[in-house]
Amino acid sequence: MTDNVLYTYVVRLADDAIILSQRLSEWCGHASHIEEDVALSNIALDLIGQARILYSHAAGLEGKGRTEDDICFFRVERQYTNCLLVEQPNADFAVTITRQLFFSAFMLPFWTALKSSNDDVLSGLAAKAEKEVAYHLRHSSEWFIRLGDGTPESHSRIEAAVDDLWMYTGELFDLDEITNGLVKRGLAIDPETLRSEWNETINAVLARATISRPDECWMQIGGRSGEHTEHLGHLLSPMQYLQRSYPGETW
Amino acid sequence: MTENITPIWEVFIRARNGNAHRHAGSIHAADAEMAMQAARDIYTRREEGNSLWVVRSSDIHASDPGDGGMMFDPAADKIYRHPTFYELPEDVGNM
Repeated sequence: MTDNVLYTYVVRLADDAIILSQRLSEWCGHASHIEEDVALSNIALDLIGQARILYSHAAGLEGKGRTEDDICFFRVERQYTNCLLVEQPNADFAVTITRQLFFSAFMLPFWTALKSSNDDVLSGLAAKAEKEVAYHLRHSSEWFIRLGDGTPESHSRIEAAVDDLWMYTGELFDLDEITNGLVKRGLAIDPETLRSEWNETINAVLARATISRPDECWMQIGGRSGEHTEHLGHLLSPMQYLQRSYPGETW
Repeated sequence: MTENITPIWEVFIRARNGNAHRHAGSIHAADAEMAMQAARDIYTRREEGNSLWVVRSSDIHASDPGDGGMMFDPAADKIYRHPTFYELPEDVGNM
């Protein structure tokens, strides 16, 4: 059975996970110390696990015989539908942590809510992902608080990271026809219902970090329709290189 | 990495309920919460346990290797301290 709408929704979730995972993987071997190097790689691995389940599910929904790898490695930039937040470059550690905080603070209530989805694969994944993301949120929150309430240097870097990334947070709550239709079928979550929890989490962490919340501003959207920032193509190149050069290659 | 900003912590893991926590290794972290997270990330990636302790290494008082003769050698010839030294009456059965 082909379900194009649900396919689109599942691929969005998968793209969010794989793109953020690829970003975090860029720290592997480069983080400030071995403990954090492994911590960021652990988060990246959790996200790869989520992405694999989602891409496989999407392939089944599509029903054209494609595999998870086909969907992940053989789509171009404009066919990727991740939110803009997750593709933003690592820049410094403050940006990496802030990006993780903003995303995880949304995904935790998201997965919690999705546990009651009428789609068995999504509800099953949600139960697993909820625990993983709860830790991602704790890890990024605690770092964020220590950097914000740390030295003048770490404070100013976290402040700059918040200012840079804030305009990408609105897209998390974007509700288009795809999502709206699935919400009515009990398959997806209306992101608006997660906004108050996201605000509560973020406000509490910002306060403990002595960082003030940015004023409301214009929110950038476009990722869900394939309109990305200039950074995504540069991320996909190394990620897709091997499968494009040696299609079907395995370990 | 500056030792006084991120001191060393010793990590103890309990493999399952009822067991004792055993020393697993050490990590660097700025405070107890971050030490707990680092311990989780470094030492429990492969289901090594279900409970963690972290202790500042500087809070551990270790015996001096130079005192080994005084501290431990005298135990070497006290075989009567082992339960197997004693013969149990048959009526007692297995203990």
